[in-house]
Amino acid sequence: MIATQNLTFAYTPEKRFDFPNFSCADRETILILGKSGKGKTTFLHLMALLLKPTGGNIQINNQEISQLSVSQAANFRAKNVGIIYQKPHFVHSLSVIDNLLLANYLAGKNQAKQLAQQLAESLGFSEHLLKKTTQLSQGEQQRVSIARALMNKPSVILADEPTSSLDDDNCMKVIDLLKKQIQEIGASLVVVTHDQRLKEVFEKRIEL
Amino acid sequence: MALGIAIISLLLLAGKQIEEKFTRNVAGIDMVVGAKGSPLQLILASIYQIDSPTGNISMEEANRLTRSPLVKSTIPLSMGDSYQGYRIVGSNEKYLAHFQAEFATGKVFSKTMEIVIGSKVAKNLNLKIDDVFSSQHGFDKEGQAHKEKQFKVVGILKTTNSVLDQLMITPLESVWAVHEEHHEEEAGKGANVLKLLEDDSVRANSIRPVQEDSKEITSLLVKFRNPVMGMMMARSINQNSTLQTATPAIEINRLFALLGVGVDALKWIALVIIIVSGLSVFVSLYNSLKERKYEMALMLSMGASRTKLFLLLLLEGLIISVIGFVIGIFLSRLGLWIMSKNVEQNFHYDFNVLSLLTEEFYLFLGALLIGLLAAAIPSLGIYNINISKTLADE
Repeated sequence: MIATQNLTFAYTPEKRFDFPNFSCADRETILILGKSGKGKTTFLHLMALLLKPTGGNIQINNQEISQLSVSQAANFRAKNVGIIYQKPHFVHSLSVIDNLLLANYLAGKNQAKQLAQQLAESLGFSEHLLKKTTQLSQGEQQRVSIARALMNKPSVILADEPTSSLDDDNCMKVIDLLKKQIQEIGASLVVVTHDQRLKEVFEKRIEL
Repeated sequence: MALGIAIISLLLLAGKQIEEKFTRNVAGIDMVVGAKGSPLQLILASIYQIDSPTGNISMEEANRLTRSPLVKSTIPLSMGDSYQGYRIVGSNEKYLAHFQAEFATGKVFSKTMEIVIGSKVAKNLNLKIDDVFSSQHGFDKEGQAHKEKQFKVVGILKTTNSVLDQLMITPLESVWAVHEEHHEEEAGKGANVLKLLEDDSVRANSIRPVQEDSKEITSLLVKFRNPVMGMMMARSINQNSTLQTATPAIEINRLFALLGVGVDALKWIALVIIIVSGLSVFVSLYNSLKERKYEMALMLSMGASRTKLFLLLLLEGLIISVIGFVIGIFLSRLGLWIMSKNVEQNFHYDFNVLSLLTEEFYLFLGALLIGLLAAAIPSLGIYNINISKTLADE
């Protein structure tokens, strides 16, 4: 579960963002819609502890996290937050499966090979596990990055424009997969996007 | 990186081996006496068998010298002929003893025209005991052949790692015999060929007594009883006779001093190459870090610590330098091997290719240090990555 109250952030005194309050329980999804420049990514990075808020509170699993130090934040993020970026990015020198296991490794957990297999099968790229990530198509890469976000069984999944580079078919497939996966591991899903196609499939929505 | 290492390592190796070769062959010889000319040439020709001889001296003068009370022992040498590019040296058993040569097969020569050959000669020319061949005048393979007299192989030496391996040793008398006929033939060319042929068949089976005093040799290797007194004797020979003396140690030092300038220049060039390659490692790591900034930010967002990533990049630099070093060492060995094949063909000198020098260990440390430095400076950029900005930008 994740919740924020009175969250603010300022890059410069003139460029200030005030973010609306919201909360999202386990197995729930929330869509945050907004045009470019409204601070969607900033909001997401605040929730992911990649940025430190200038004011307000964030709780994940009822733990206040806005005041954690940099290294505590990194540790917490690695264990509890899965992030899916707009463009699927990987460590290019590693194979698909190693990219997945890297998430375990960097979080200091045992490398869950079996989980990687299972995720690859349910997300439909199990035949590509030994390939380099660059050999995969955009849609496949996006599915791999979803799997990577799930590798540590996080309690919150943050997705930044996960569908913007996908066609309609793949877009719906990806959202369905995401929804199914969070049901399985009992996580909250926060999707930040300007993609109007997603409006219909999410009940809970916030507009920035 | 690899290139610089290869050049330095090659220089070290070649320098070491040449020095080793030169000093091993010179051991135990205090002075060389020969005809007037360049003392360095005399040394190169008489001890290392790589230059042409300066000329001949009379056996009589040489003998007078040998009888001197200051002289402990002498070894006469007579060069001028070769077979298939390998030098035939007229000498005596003392020359073999000087190199502590042992026989692989056969025995030492006991008669004129019998010959003992070095291990390399035997191997490369595929000669065996009882094989016969005729020598050629001069050191070229194309030299005029002395067809009348044939050498017979009676012994093959074990490898001594000295010039002896590339030589063929025969009694002095053989050289005289071959050349006597050579001269006669030239003198009587066309005059009475038939008679000469008859003579040959008679001569071939009998060793004629040789009047030593009228004979000539190329040079004399001398060992003194007392080196200090020997030096004085050398000076007096140089001043008062048609002979020339040369001290191996002095001449070789002079040669190394001359070579040293070139070797030093090459060393500097190699050093510059290493530094430049260090710079290129620096630049390529710097660029790759820029390219992989997102990758780094990604790993940071996934919980990697900056120190861990810094060490990762450092390790990358280290691995590059180790690979560079290994390739460099390999290249230098390859280069030396090719060089040694070449040198062996031209001068019958060979190098021992495989040994690893202690200097190369320092070279290894130096390469690692340069690799580390080149990697560390750009890798420090890791500590300045703004994760959020990098991830949002791309």
